[in-house]
Amino acid sequence: MDKLQTAGSLSALVLAIVLAVAAPAFAVQPDEVLADPALEARARAISAELRCLVCQNQSIDDSDADLARDLRVLVRERLLAGDTDQEVIDYIVARYGEFVLLRPTFGTRNALLWGAPLLILLGGGVYLLLRGRGAAPAGPRPLSPEEAEKVAALLRKGE
Amino acid sequence: MVETGHFALVLALALSMVQAIVPIAGSHRNDARLMAVGGPAAVTAFALVAVSFAALVVAYAQSDFSVLNVVENSHSQKPFIYKLTGAWGNHEGSMLLWVLILTFFGALVAAFGRNLPPTLKANVIAVQGMIGVAFLLFIVLTSNPFTRLLPAPMEGQDLNPVLQDIGLAIHPPLLYLGYVGFSVCFAFAVAALIEGRIDAAWARWVRPWTLAAWMFLTGGIAMGSYWAYYELGWGGYWFWDPVENASFMPWLAGTALLHSAIVMEKRSALKIWTLLLAILTFSLSLLGTFLVRSGVLTSVHAFATDPTRGVFILGILVIFIGGSLTLFALRAQSLTAGGLFQPISREGALVLNNLFLTTATATVFVGTLYPLFVEAVFGDKISVGAPFFNLTFGPLMLPLLAIVPFGPLLAWKRGDLAGAGQRLLAAFGAALLTVLAVLLFVDSASVLAALGTGLAVWVMLGAVTDLALKAGWPRVSAAVGVRRLAGLPRSVFGTALAHFGLGVTLLGIVGVGAFEQEAIHSSKPGDRIEIAGYALTFQGINQVAGPNYVEDQGHFALSRGDAALGTIMSSKRLYTARGMPTTEAGIRTLGVSQLYVSLGDPGEDGSIVVRVWWKPLVTLIWGGALAMMIAGAISLSDRRLRVGAPSKRWKQPTVVAAE
Repeated sequence: MDKLQTAGSLSALVLAIVLAVAAPAFAVQPDEVLADPALEARARAISAELRCLVCQNQSIDDSDADLARDLRVLVRERLLAGDTDQEVIDYIVARYGEFVLLRPTFGTRNALLWGAPLLILLGGGVYLLLRGRGAAPAGPRPLSPEEAEKVAALLRKGE
Repeated sequence: MVETGHFALVLALALSMVQAIVPIAGSHRNDARLMAVGGPAAVTAFALVAVSFAALVVAYAQSDFSVLNVVENSHSQKPFIYKLTGAWGNHEGSMLLWVLILTFFGALVAAFGRNLPPTLKANVIAVQGMIGVAFLLFIVLTSNPFTRLLPAPMEGQDLNPVLQDIGLAIHPPLLYLGYVGFSVCFAFAVAALIEGRIDAAWARWVRPWTLAAWMFLTGGIAMGSYWAYYELGWGGYWFWDPVENASFMPWLAGTALLHSAIVMEKRSALKIWTLLLAILTFSLSLLGTFLVRSGVLTSVHAFATDPTRGVFILGILVIFIGGSLTLFALRAQSLTAGGLFQPISREGALVLNNLFLTTATATVFVGTLYPLFVEAVFGDKISVGAPFFNLTFGPLMLPLLAIVPFGPLLAWKRGDLAGAGQRLLAAFGAALLTVLAVLLFVDSASVLAALGTGLAVWVMLGAVTDLALKAGWPRVSAAVGVRRLAGLPRSVFGTALAHFGLGVTLLGIVGVGAFEQEAIHSSKPGDRIEIAGYALTFQGINQVAGPNYVEDQGHFALSRGDAALGTIMSSKRLYTARGMPTTEAGIRTLGVSQLYVSLGDPGEDGSIVVRVWWKPLVTLIWGGALAMMIAGAISLSDRRLRVGAPSKRWKQPTVVAAE
């Protein structure tokens, strides 16, 4: 594994991706493309959401691996069979597990994942609002009764 | 020579220990002689690590195959430049580069810190020394690049072909200059906590270091992105890969730090927050190093199989992040807060900037580490990829980008939002017109694409408006305006150019995201591929031998209408030593857009799969980053930061009159 982790972060990424590639091929092959452009567009959109299981963080749309090709063909077969996008995704998840989804589901297990951005933004915003209201200088502090008395005394002296 | 390098490395470790202990003891006892040890120790440690690094590079240049590291990553037939860069194209060498840059920054603080109060300087150098000790120990104990191999083999195993690229010469050094540069901010923060004192002068010392690190990190990330774009063969420029995120998190946090440090310097507000950000930014750099170096990203289990290095860095992580945050928790309350301001003010805008950037950092953090969390807690494997980040990070950036033009136009302390809005009316109108124009005149433009383009124009023109207003336009004549513009502090130009660059990058992202076109064809010589008004005629393939590879070169004649525009060459290489193939995309830049041609598999009938992409505005992505980098350099050259001496500034208040 160490040889994979070479200098610089992206070079490691470049390596990881290339090493995951079985043969120098390309993602979508001409013979895979569906005749119906609307159906093909749906296939591409679905492919971008599915992980190539043997690759490191690559969608099946980008990957050259054989498994990715099999999945792409499978997606297109399901679409031709009349499945909706969600049915296609469910079909694949049922066979390959949730690991295949590049966008995790909105379940309780992933609540922290999806909730974190909103929680932090709202929490930070509310904190700032409260603090801002507390700290905003609303002009000079009014005098306490004792101070007012002192001022009055000084003024009387001056007269 | 190799033994000299090894010896110098161990000596540097010993010296770093001195640097870590003696000055801090001196500051504790108020002993000037002990404190004065720090500077020379830091400079000498840098010199020793430099000797060590040079020894490794020489071993690579000479293809010294009695060194294990050279055997594993080099080859006698490799072009000379890649022999040199191969020295840091591997785990051991890249860690040595990391430490080289760390000690370089330590030496810089020692050399340029003449204006610093002696105790602060001693503590900063000591903290730098502690980081140095940790990572030098890591190299010496777990990742020694000077291990010998006897008997020496006749030939090396070659460097991974993907890394045999000029990108390896530029990307890691820039990235590490950024990553590690934030260690200085960290050291300043810890030193301030040790002393229990922090003031505007502290912020003025920290700002140039933050700016320098940020500038290099921006360049490093952009360079890496362009490298991946042209090398991987399908023209992606950002993958939300954990390894990329590891470098992006310190950038986001560093950008927040850059802005909060301004508030602290000018208004003495946000002191505690700035301190925390300085600690967090470098902590994220350390985390990134851990993620990339430990192998934990592939899987928790992969990490457990060979844990020596991972556990060591995890230990470093725990000591430095845990230690600094504990110190922060103990001491931060004793620091005085200051500088009250209204919500609508320059400070308010910068606080909002920090809120969004911090949330964005946290989003990337959670998304990157969540699969590890799920695997460790639930035993399941999940993936968090680009669709997640596009859905969460994207919406966080939109409001931030929308408020960027307001920030520089608001006054400190109490701003006038309506006034700023009025002055931005022209920019807003232009942005609105852009949205309409895109919707009306660009085919297949979605509403989102039009809004994105408008937002980019808004950010760019907002920066231009800022400069124009500071020059007094439109109240003064053009000549006076130009003279005033020339008289503005450089940091004003830096701000405007950085914000302008941000808009430029956004325009590139929107352009390629919304209007990219793709054509996939099984082509034979003579076939035509048409895309975006251009036509490519496939002329055939010929084989060429390179120094350490054989290459299939495909040639395409490019034309538009009747005009011939020359040829594009796209190739596939096979590196003989490792038997590994790479794709070398054919890229033609047309204006700010690019045509990207990749070769795929040959068919049985003599055809070959050709993929062509039209990437509209794609170069703006990196052009904008370059503008941000230049902006950083301009700001860094500002007199205030160069002088950096508070005493001088107090004697000459006119220097900072503007802004």
